[in-house]
Amino acid sequence: MALDSSATPTAVPAVAEPPGLGELFVEFAKMSLSGFGGVLVFARRAIVERHRWMTAEEFNETFALCHFMPGPNIVNLSMVFGARFRGVPGAFAAFTGLIGPPVVVMTILAALYVHFGELGALRRALGGVACVAVGLLFAVSFKMLVPLLRRRDPVAVLLLAAVFVAVGLLRWPMPWVLAVAIPGSILVTWLRRRSA
Amino acid sequence: MDGGTTSLGSLALRFAMMSLFAIGGANAAIPEIHRIVVTSQHWLTELQFADAFAIAQLSPGPNVMIVTMIGYQVAGVVGALVATLAMCGPTAVLALCVSRLLGRSSRSPWPALIQSALVPLSIGLMTASGWILASTTDRTTAAFLVTASAAVLAATTRLNPLWLLLAGGILGFAGIV
Repeated sequence: MALDSSATPTAVPAVAEPPGLGELFVEFAKMSLSGFGGVLVFARRAIVERHRWMTAEEFNETFALCHFMPGPNIVNLSMVFGARFRGVPGAFAAFTGLIGPPVVVMTILAALYVHFGELGALRRALGGVACVAVGLLFAVSFKMLVPLLRRRDPVAVLLLAAVFVAVGLLRWPMPWVLAVAIPGSILVTWLRRRSA
Repeated sequence: MDGGTTSLGSLALRFAMMSLFAIGGANAAIPEIHRIVVTSQHWLTELQFADAFAIAQLSPGPNVMIVTMIGYQVAGVVGALVATLAMCGPTAVLALCVSRLLGRSSRSPWPALIQSALVPLSIGLMTASGWILASTTDRTTAAFLVTASAAVLAATTRLNPLWLLLAGGILGFAGIV
């Protein structure tokens, strides 16, 4: 686990040869399989630091787009990234690299779960894992919340709390909640930027 | 699991719809996935859903892989494939089209503006996901303490989450949780 993050990747231009189709597949498979609890960190490390296929800014720009588009954002990233270097075939090479291997792993685990899920020992162990997994989810939310609190952004915190109450506590269907919350939040953000 | 009558078409359609709600990450869509899969369609029980989430976190790959686990329990190997492709494919193709449309040199302020508008919603949804799952997993004081310690450790240290998950498994196996 050599972490050569001392070299600032921003200063180094992405001069490397663009990856081929096979390389796209293999690299995204590697990122995917090393990504426990999120692949983004590994994607950034491989694309920006190890292979220098993109500068940090290019990566951030590409990821911002994938982040604001609906859908699992790392999956979006694989398609957009693959296409940038090798067109549509590249998009599918990266996509299948990212999705293929974990699908195989998950399918095997699902089959095992369906057969052995009732075993007492496995039940207990999974219960413990689930408790931790939920804790990790809260930790991610908290880490994302810190910048909002630092900026003292009461509108954002209010929106966040409203969405949590509506979806988490009241269990309102997300489509209805978001049909109000998304336009509302965009409008508020736009108004504040304009007046800023 | 009352998934016997579920057609693959409706499975695909439902997961494609759910993918639209993955705002800032697959975990933001969990309340909607839970509502469809557990509350409305009864494909999985609360416990099976929490297990699917735990296994998805424990195995490598993007967080979205929870849908592979669900798809398998609804319709076997084909169900796993259909659910995964429906959840990942359409939105990824959409992102591809939009990225080509905007082009590289686009200086439009809208993507950045929309992204920052979505951040608080994304956090609210992920917290709701945690809450919904915790109402199944954290029924005892011990379980609550494990969740709380994992949250604190993950938020304050750079410990690999895999170790925390394994520690949880061991505590559970030992009958402590």
